[in-house]
Amino acid sequence: MPRSRVSSAVNLPPFQHLLDLHSRDVHRFLVATVGRVDADDCYQETWVAALRAYPKLRDASNLRSWIFTVAYRKAIDHGRARRRAPVLAGNVPEAADTRGTPQDEPDDGLWSLVRDLPDKQRTALAMRYVADAGYDEISAAMGTSEDAARRNVHEALKRLRTEYKR
Amino acid sequence: MSISDQIEQELRLSAPAPAELPDVSKAAAAAGLLDVAYATLDSPVGTLLVAVTPRGLVRLAYLDAGEEEASVLEQLATTVSPRVLAAPRKLDEPRRELDQYFAGRRRQFELPLDWQLTRGFGRKVLEATARIPYGATATYKQVATEAGNARAYRAAGNALGSNPIPIIVPCHRILHSGGGLGGYTGGLERKRVLLGVESGQDSLAGA
Repeated sequence: MPRSRVSSAVNLPPFQHLLDLHSRDVHRFLVATVGRVDADDCYQETWVAALRAYPKLRDASNLRSWIFTVAYRKAIDHGRARRRAPVLAGNVPEAADTRGTPQDEPDDGLWSLVRDLPDKQRTALAMRYVADAGYDEISAAMGTSEDAARRNVHEALKRLRTEYKR
Repeated sequence: MSISDQIEQELRLSAPAPAELPDVSKAAAAAGLLDVAYATLDSPVGTLLVAVTPRGLVRLAYLDAGEEEASVLEQLATTVSPRVLAAPRKLDEPRRELDQYFAGRRRQFELPLDWQLTRGFGRKVLEATARIPYGATATYKQVATEAGNARAYRAAGNALGSNPIPIIVPCHRILHSGGGLGGYTGGLERKRVLLGVESGQDSLAGA
């Protein structure tokens, strides 16, 4: 339609379409990266931030990677905010999971190990196995090369193997 | 199974999304980002898609009469705003007024309308149509005259045929001068039902 070409360079699908396609994967990704307790808040923040930026988007060719970029940034912001927050008495070491209430988190050991991984490894791993993303999508969402995406997943798995069921 | 396979499998199977995800439309509305809210409603004339902007009702589409939900939403995304979200609660008022109308308990809609999908002579025709009272009818020529050009009754017909807000902007009240039904976006059967509701002869009341 001529009118839409004047107002934006790309024909963006209705935003609901993105929600329908990706909401479940985004939520699972956030549970894996920030924990179950904070996933809902991060999820809302992710979609509101995406909705705010959406009309100005110049490239609609990979909306799935784009929404994961937004979710990734929200998860990182969230981690920073948590680390800045004062640690309560009876505290846990810096590297341990300080996100959320332990009893509300998935109780298997693997997930607390995942949350202790460095940000990039954790994100790449969650995208790969929780959101079922390809390395091209992971690199697009995280702004890295595909090699770096592959390396992050590889390093994450290596670390989990040595720590898992020890 | 190797420990790597076991880890990969466990990662894939974990963190299932909850059955009901948090409602994004509420946060979107609170942030002033809900440019187009829509819902589908059941009615005696089939499933309706109804969309509102902060200004008012902008679109009503008959989903059982050749218009597909996906294409209606795409059209809204390109012509109004791509910030289109399903938000059933934002449509409570249109739903209530339409239910009352079909039950024969409402003669006039009070919803604010957003006319942005209409323009020029077409908008004048539809505005003139919106002034035709409940239960009354007019001809294509009368409505063209009312819109400022008595000879443009064909253009008036086109404007009525692409009415973005049927039922509420009552293009079903426009008939041929000879008394024939003329045309209708949603098909003539729907036009008959709507005229029936308004003549009080219809058994739909209470349906």
